[in-house]
Amino acid sequence: MSDQNLTVTVENLRKTFQGPDGGEIAAVDGISLSVQAGELTALVGPDGAGKTTLMRMLAGLLKPDAGSLRVLGIDVAADPQSVQDRISYMPQRFGLYEDLSVQENLDLYADLHGVPHDERQERFARMLEVTDMARFTDRPAGKLSGGMKQKLGLACTLVRSPDLLLLDEPSVGVDPLSRRDLWKIVQQLIDDEKLSVIVSTAYMDEAERCAQVFVMHKGKLLADGAPDALSKRAQGLTFTAATPVDMPARQLQARLIDVPELIIDAVPKGGNVRFIRQPEAEQARLNDLLDGTSVEPRAEELEDAFMMLLREEEGETETKTTPKEELEKSAAHTAKDDGKPVIVVRDLVRKFGDFTAVAATSFDVARGEIFGLLGPNGAGKTTTFRMLCGLLPATSGHLEVAGLNLRSARAAARARIGYVSQKFALYGNLSVRENLEFFGGAYGLSGKALRNRISASIEQFSLDPAAQSGILPAGYKQRLAMATGLLHQPEILFLDEPTSGIDPLARRAFWRTITSLAVSGVTIIITTHFMEEAEYCDRIAIQDAGEMLALGTPREVREQAGDAGADMNSAFIAIVEQGRAARENKEKAA
Amino acid sequence: MSESGFSTRLVALTRKETRQMLRDRSNLVVGLVLPVVLILLFGYGLSFDVKDARVTVVLEDSSPTARNVVSGLQGSPYLAPSWVTSMAEAARMIRAGQTDAILRVPIDFSRRLAAGDAQLQLLLNGVDSNTASTMEGYVAGALAIPTQQLADQAGNKPTAAPNITIVQRTWFNEAGESTWYLVPGLLVLVMTLIGAFLTSLLVAREWERGTLESLFVTPVRPLELVLAKLAPYVVIGGIDLIMCLLAAKYLFHVPMRGSLPVIIVSSLLYLMVSLSLGLFISAATRNQFAASQMALLTSFMPAMMLSGFVFDLRNVPVVIQIISQVLPATHFMGLIKTLFLAGNYWPDILRDCAILALYAVVLIGLTRRSLRKKLD
Repeated sequence: MSDQNLTVTVENLRKTFQGPDGGEIAAVDGISLSVQAGELTALVGPDGAGKTTLMRMLAGLLKPDAGSLRVLGIDVAADPQSVQDRISYMPQRFGLYEDLSVQENLDLYADLHGVPHDERQERFARMLEVTDMARFTDRPAGKLSGGMKQKLGLACTLVRSPDLLLLDEPSVGVDPLSRRDLWKIVQQLIDDEKLSVIVSTAYMDEAERCAQVFVMHKGKLLADGAPDALSKRAQGLTFTAATPVDMPARQLQARLIDVPELIIDAVPKGGNVRFIRQPEAEQARLNDLLDGTSVEPRAEELEDAFMMLLREEEGETETKTTPKEELEKSAAHTAKDDGKPVIVVRDLVRKFGDFTAVAATSFDVARGEIFGLLGPNGAGKTTTFRMLCGLLPATSGHLEVAGLNLRSARAAARARIGYVSQKFALYGNLSVRENLEFFGGAYGLSGKALRNRISASIEQFSLDPAAQSGILPAGYKQRLAMATGLLHQPEILFLDEPTSGIDPLARRAFWRTITSLAVSGVTIIITTHFMEEAEYCDRIAIQDAGEMLALGTPREVREQAGDAGADMNSAFIAIVEQGRAARENKEKAA
Repeated sequence: MSESGFSTRLVALTRKETRQMLRDRSNLVVGLVLPVVLILLFGYGLSFDVKDARVTVVLEDSSPTARNVVSGLQGSPYLAPSWVTSMAEAARMIRAGQTDAILRVPIDFSRRLAAGDAQLQLLLNGVDSNTASTMEGYVAGALAIPTQQLADQAGNKPTAAPNITIVQRTWFNEAGESTWYLVPGLLVLVMTLIGAFLTSLLVAREWERGTLESLFVTPVRPLELVLAKLAPYVVIGGIDLIMCLLAAKYLFHVPMRGSLPVIIVSSLLYLMVSLSLGLFISAATRNQFAASQMALLTSFMPAMMLSGFVFDLRNVPVVIQIISQVLPATHFMGLIKTLFLAGNYWPDILRDCAILALYAVVLIGLTRRSLRKKLD
């Protein structure tokens, strides 16, 4: 029977929620699909595509409004417990008990799943080894870094071998090393135990590992197939443009992505720009746009097909980026460019008790530079960041922001910086305009100046002033958070993981805004876990365990990684691992 | 298979709840320290007894007979008499708050005593009505004996009406000690406290931290979650119960006329009601702040004010009476006071215990229902 090979069959599945305005929102809108047993299957799609809702229905946590849903041959809606006894599910935010230790969390889930004692010892040992957590078994889960928590969450989900594993965006906010570890565990189980896995993800390199990919959008299925078959949609349209030596890649990328009628997508990569041309674009106009840069065709990838699908769906509306000139005008700084760095950091140290969060760090950032701060979870990025913003005093060292010493003139320095925190500090029950008014007031703007800045921001970021902030989609919230951070026209903008959990289209628009701001003279300091985003930066720093491992242009950093540095992701992993090996050797020697 | 699964899971969950409880120090403060504070506060701090009440005697008649009558006041441990000669002076003192009562011996006292219709005037400061009525009793008591002696000395000639002396006696709380009355009620308050402040947070916390979503997709059954959450707090409640009983016996010397096993069984029944009410509120609100506010308003405050802890429920409006009858605390309050001070009265014991057991079963059932593995 062919049914034997299907773990999941979904027919015309529908789930609606009540929207904030009282209307109905179809989170999953008539989806039909079937998933093969023993395979790795991916669900990809932008925010609000319905991936999480579908996952929760598969896990029997939500009841479908219409349609049929069979998991492992069982009707989930009728008998969720039988399904839950056989599957494992890792929600986006895995519920670890923060006051229990790593071992206690593992034991709890092993007991709940009734894993025999002899079996679990062997399994725990293997998981802890792969995730490199054997040293931390006594540590409370609440004291782990974000990436470690996620690894522990996966280990708790996999205390036994389920008949089906559901992973809901397991790698959001996780650094490349932890992400690699996560996939190592999953891959091992697939190889050893023929595990069936459904994973939802925003990373196309993860989707590319899967046998089958379902592309979702606004509750509907856009396309499905093997990654190779899906990639074919972009066949013949994908190219790499070599950037002239004296030009940052992001400048060429900006030029290309601003012409959506010719170019579907463009991203900087490895110092060059990868782009997808519109199939019906005129060659002559394309040549004009490329202006003599040498263009090589390249093999199409899943990401290309995905971007094409999304652009087709979203049309022009979402891709509308802020007009460049306007942004450049808006940052009308009186500050003169005297060639001096705007941020000077010398031997910066921050200790929490015995623990050194940041050790002897030194770097400069020039005006109008985009400076990327990269590092695994718990590397000390956030601590460095907070010191730069004047939110946390340094233990020792010299710190100068916008020409002011942060030790003596913290308030004055703060007035010249803008800060967008990881969780977008917005007041959810205030409207967009009210949020802008509040933050403007907090930065000391009032009267006509405030009104002018607010209307400028609303136009600049295409915001709807009456919308309630709490219910906006993630990409929109991020634009609003940026707008609040820029109201007082700061010289320096700090962005802490601004693109976590944001879909690819919104991320493209976000980076377009950032590159324009940099052109206008605003200095940008940014942290991110998307290594390809480091390619937009003028310079990047890689931190681990409080120490600076690499500092330079993306090209220099890739070169430092040597052979491993084909792309930013592998360069990053190589540099961090080299750093860790060197530290271990030093410790052994000591 | 499913049987052994049940016990493994229950043990694992109970171990987890116990660890969480022990690691959060604020739990232990609320569960073990706060009850001690309550016992001491209510046992020593709150008392309706009046000691050394100030009585100002206005001796308008300064004859030896009159002096003899009021001399009884000096022997009382509850009264601190002072003497003035004019009513105006005494009135000034009571207004200035320098005295709580005035006992006026009118100028014609001795004469009328001889005639057999002597009167004394007692003026009480009614600002604190509780103290006022207590003092009325004390003064009357203090005067009763000398008055009686006087009558005897006078060699009362037989009159038409027999000379009736009313001898008061209070049953169950012979000393009229308010600690006897308050301490059993304290037991109710402490048991309520654990439910209102501790278990009311348990499920809501798991919702807020997202741990329930992970737990739901395991073979765990809702009843196992409920039982595992109750278990460690039953232990805390048991410790509190022992503390309350020890304090009642050795600190406040409250008699325990009912049997100890009945007191313990009924207290544990009420503890289950209180814990499961907290848990139900927690599961229904899914929000720690809302849950603790709800628990405070629906269990702790009413248990303090509407259960008959301090105020007699017969004197409150009908609506409040109905509300108080709905409260499980009211039923336990009546029961535990009777058990301490009056003894085993089986019809009441059986009725109240049945009511409490019913509450416990219904609340645990409701909590279990609200933990059905659904996110919407």
